[in-house]
Amino acid sequence: MNHWLTAPILIPLIGGILQAFMGYAPIALRRTLAIATTVLMLVAAIVLLVLADDGSYRLYAFGNWQPPFGIVLVLDRLAALMLVMTAVLALFCHIYAIGGTDESSRQFHGLFLFQLLGLNIAFLTGDLFNLFVAFEVLLIASYGLLMHGEGTSRTVPGLHYVVLNLAGSAVFLIAVGMIYSVTGTLNMADLAIKIPQVAEENLPLVKAGGMMLLVVFGLKAAILPLCFWLPGAYSNATAPVAALFAVMTKVGIYAIIRVFTLIFGNQAGELASLGMDWLFPLALITLTMGVIGALGAASLRKLIAWQVIISVGTLLAAISFGTVAGTSAALFYLLNTTWVAGGLFLVADLVDGQRGSAQDKIVTAPRIANRTFLSVLFLMGAVAAVGLPPLSGFFAKLLILKSAVTESDVAWLWSVLLIGSFFTLIAYSRAGSIVFWRNVEGHIEEPQKLTPSLSVSASALISLSIVMVILAGPISRYAEDTAAQLHDTSAYTEILSKPMVGEEK
Amino acid sequence: MELAFAVVIGALTASGVYLMLRARTFPVVVGLTMLSYGVNLFLFSSGRLATGGQPIIGSAETYSDPLPQALVLTAIVIGFAMTAFVVVLSLRSLADNDNDDHVNGRVPEQDSTPQDQEQEGANT
Repeated sequence: MNHWLTAPILIPLIGGILQAFMGYAPIALRRTLAIATTVLMLVAAIVLLVLADDGSYRLYAFGNWQPPFGIVLVLDRLAALMLVMTAVLALFCHIYAIGGTDESSRQFHGLFLFQLLGLNIAFLTGDLFNLFVAFEVLLIASYGLLMHGEGTSRTVPGLHYVVLNLAGSAVFLIAVGMIYSVTGTLNMADLAIKIPQVAEENLPLVKAGGMMLLVVFGLKAAILPLCFWLPGAYSNATAPVAALFAVMTKVGIYAIIRVFTLIFGNQAGELASLGMDWLFPLALITLTMGVIGALGAASLRKLIAWQVIISVGTLLAAISFGTVAGTSAALFYLLNTTWVAGGLFLVADLVDGQRGSAQDKIVTAPRIANRTFLSVLFLMGAVAAVGLPPLSGFFAKLLILKSAVTESDVAWLWSVLLIGSFFTLIAYSRAGSIVFWRNVEGHIEEPQKLTPSLSVSASALISLSIVMVILAGPISRYAEDTAAQLHDTSAYTEILSKPMVGEEK
Repeated sequence: MELAFAVVIGALTASGVYLMLRARTFPVVVGLTMLSYGVNLFLFSSGRLATGGQPIIGSAETYSDPLPQALVLTAIVIGFAMTAFVVVLSLRSLADNDNDDHVNGRVPEQDSTPQDQEQEGANT
């Protein structure tokens, strides 16, 4: 039992409840408290990262019930990595939000913190049903955040997003019910032990349940047949929300990594590597679809929304190999792409504010105000997202390319990823050159003021890709350790035999 | 009992899915509700069906599994909140799109069935 594990859940929970009651408090007070909460959460996440880096599993059992009977939180390297990634992204999004986005609704900070609460529960939980609850918590907060802002443009994409996710929740529950009806447990560690022992006649039921879980996580992660909700929803959301949502697809990917290495991993007997032979082709088609969407995007926000889909395809291709090398490459890329996509959403919003009525559309317009600053940010973000040297995207994609082993994998992955990257590069250079260079006569009246909170948070997120290059050694060492820990599932199942507090004697 | 239960779940889910694929928001909301009823019953049945069983081991000959009951309670609460939200959102969508209750916010272009035309005729 380690009480630190509850900190990333309790901090945004208490902060969010405070915000809910403070809707009419002065905005300066609300902002200070909200930022303080996010900073505290980042501190807690870093503490957990340091704790987790010794490679052992830490357990927090609610009500001191011996697992598999209660709900447990489990901290390992992967969970800690996701917590830190989310907290860093959230802090900068939050700083950006106090630049004015939070003024149009009294409950913005509360919703933002509840969103973080849901994300953190999802990363820490060791129970399949609790994962469902975490998804619902983060979804209901995300519905609110998506609707946040002025105007009516968000209603229809928001409605699609809500209906799709409600249907997804129904599928999740059916999958959970199927798996429970055979194994009699929903604790992930216990499932990892019980799944290989499932009797012959019950196998189809568990298999169907597992595949339905893949569908649900695929909906969250936006894999191809389930990805068309994403560009509309993300490109209409306000900037800090869209940037925070860069981590929402990653929750689906996290769930795929967790469930399909631990429960349906290589040691799952008859059900080993369930669905992974589907995942590789789907990932490559998703990647292709993302590139096509990016080439056809009419605005910067749409372009970056399709970039999110490209990164999902790339990540899942590496994960579907089911190897230590593939997973560690995916984790390195995950950090890079989440922060950079978040940063690019913020940059697109800044561009929007500097171009008057042309907004962020990829059309010729009068010369943009603050051109040098914004174009450098956009260039850095694009280089990191496409994967050109010297920024971190290059190293991440290199690791992913190197993780392919068999000949057909190499042929497919290399050709699709490299050609895809090339066309993504064309999409970014087209967008960048039209927005920043091709000008018509005229001038912008009253461009938005670049206040420190706006410019600092956007540039900080983008420049994290430089930080990742400098710290590439430690980060890739951590990613490799994480992947090795993930694929050694016997250590995870040992948490079942850990004695609870009070029974240690 | 199993057969009746299975038929009920199947009917609820099928009608839920059919209604969700409709073009207007009201059938979609009703479809979501029916789907969640079907799912809740399904989840309940994952602990096996037994009548009169107590959820405590050793107190009687047979017992019923308490965990699915807890799961269903959670699912009902969450589903109820989500339905309330989607109803409000549909009303907002209706107001934002000039009294058009289509899920896409506008009338599908080539897809006007006789019923739709009838209703549009009634509206104008």
